[in-house]
Amino acid sequence: MITKRIIPCLDVKNGRVVKGVNFQGLSDVSSPVELASYYSSCGADELVFYDITASAEGRRLFTDVLIETASTVFIPLTVGGGINGVEDFDRVLKCGADKVSVNSGALKDPGIIRAAAQKYGDQCVVLSVDAKRVNGAFRVFAKGGREDTGLDAIEWIKRGVSLGAGEIVLNSIDTDGVKQGFDLEMLEAVCSVVNVPVIASGGAGCARHFVELFTALPGVDAGLAASIFHFGEVKIAGLKRELSEAGIPVRQLHKAP
Amino acid sequence: MIAIVDYGVGNLFSLKSSFACVGAQAEVTREASALRRASKIVLPGVGAFADAAKKLKESGLQEAFCEEARAGKPVLGICLGMQLLFEESLEYGVHPGLGLLKGRVEPIAPAVGKGYKVPHIGWNVLNFPKERPKAPIFADVSEGDYVYFVHSYYAAHCEDSLAATTDYGAPLTAAVWQGSLFATQFHPEKSGEVGLKILRAFARL
Repeated sequence: MITKRIIPCLDVKNGRVVKGVNFQGLSDVSSPVELASYYSSCGADELVFYDITASAEGRRLFTDVLIETASTVFIPLTVGGGINGVEDFDRVLKCGADKVSVNSGALKDPGIIRAAAQKYGDQCVVLSVDAKRVNGAFRVFAKGGREDTGLDAIEWIKRGVSLGAGEIVLNSIDTDGVKQGFDLEMLEAVCSVVNVPVIASGGAGCARHFVELFTALPGVDAGLAASIFHFGEVKIAGLKRELSEAGIPVRQLHKAP
Repeated sequence: MIAIVDYGVGNLFSLKSSFACVGAQAEVTREASALRRASKIVLPGVGAFADAAKKLKESGLQEAFCEEARAGKPVLGICLGMQLLFEESLEYGVHPGLGLLKGRVEPIAPAVGKGYKVPHIGWNVLNFPKERPKAPIFADVSEGDYVYFVHSYYAAHCEDSLAATTDYGAPLTAAVWQGSLFATQFHPEKSGEVGLKILRAFARL
């Protein structure tokens, strides 16, 4: 049986991992290469690197970090941030990324999704969506959650999948950083309309929130979080034990005797 | 030296790094002569079947690859590189493969039925068919170990070479083995420790 995936997310700026609360007030956490290797050894199923650098120099540092990580860590790597065209897919795939996550770039030009899916396959294209409740509907926000696009999140995700997105990362701005659990309502709305893997993001504060997520919504394939892993509030091995005890299929590195 | 065939598709970076990690020398190559010199050959691949088949043909490496494989040089096909070894694929039309193995590449969706997402992405188990000996590349791994899959098509009608299946609503071909020809639908270079054990076993064949 396929397992539920646990995915630490590393926001990288100028080659270092940072994580903000509600996308603001960034603080330096650690070295991406060290964190990636640590997570891989304790059972993370996949890693996401978001490049939040704006400068060319920062982008070069990011590429170096990516190459170094991909040479030492042998689990899937997804890269996002600054992906505005097929040439950006090419740039990060060459450095060892397996999947590329596109967010604002696809909002500006949805054609990127189709072009990249045709060139690299659907499985390579992850559509990442930052969504927030506005007047009772789920609305897509751009630019790291700062700009209301006016787009309906469910419609946008359906469109993204029809264009070739092979996976969806749904980040709820409403629950992000609050640590009171994933946005089950928003996730359910998305799971009911797509048949590609859905990765839940935003709101995890403890292991129990992951148990709740996968128990309440069997259609969710993976849970993504950042700071709770980086600060050791939730340990991945312990989280997987807890999930397994709750009857949720997970990959454990060392099988119980 | 293990030659990794570079015909313009796939994440060769991780593959090369993972062989280095298990102490095996591997080179990424676009030269037919390097395939002939190599002790083993790896055929990687991601993306669409027809596009990859076309690129392999145009790369000028197909002939050398097939000749070496038929002559008994150990070969490891990975993901789309596995699918290319079969007779044909039904991905967006009917496209001929290399025909080194008997079987046809078919879509997952009708096989697994409703309730299973496509693509099949994530970590899933290895099961070894009881009626066949365990393939040498799996010498150090166990039934139930997890490996990483990303695919929407799978090899069907390949009972002659079936070496492992995984469980996704239906048993799907996870690996095949026939003589010196090995192939995995999953990505050993992305399957953590288990994957490295498989690559190490292939490297020491």
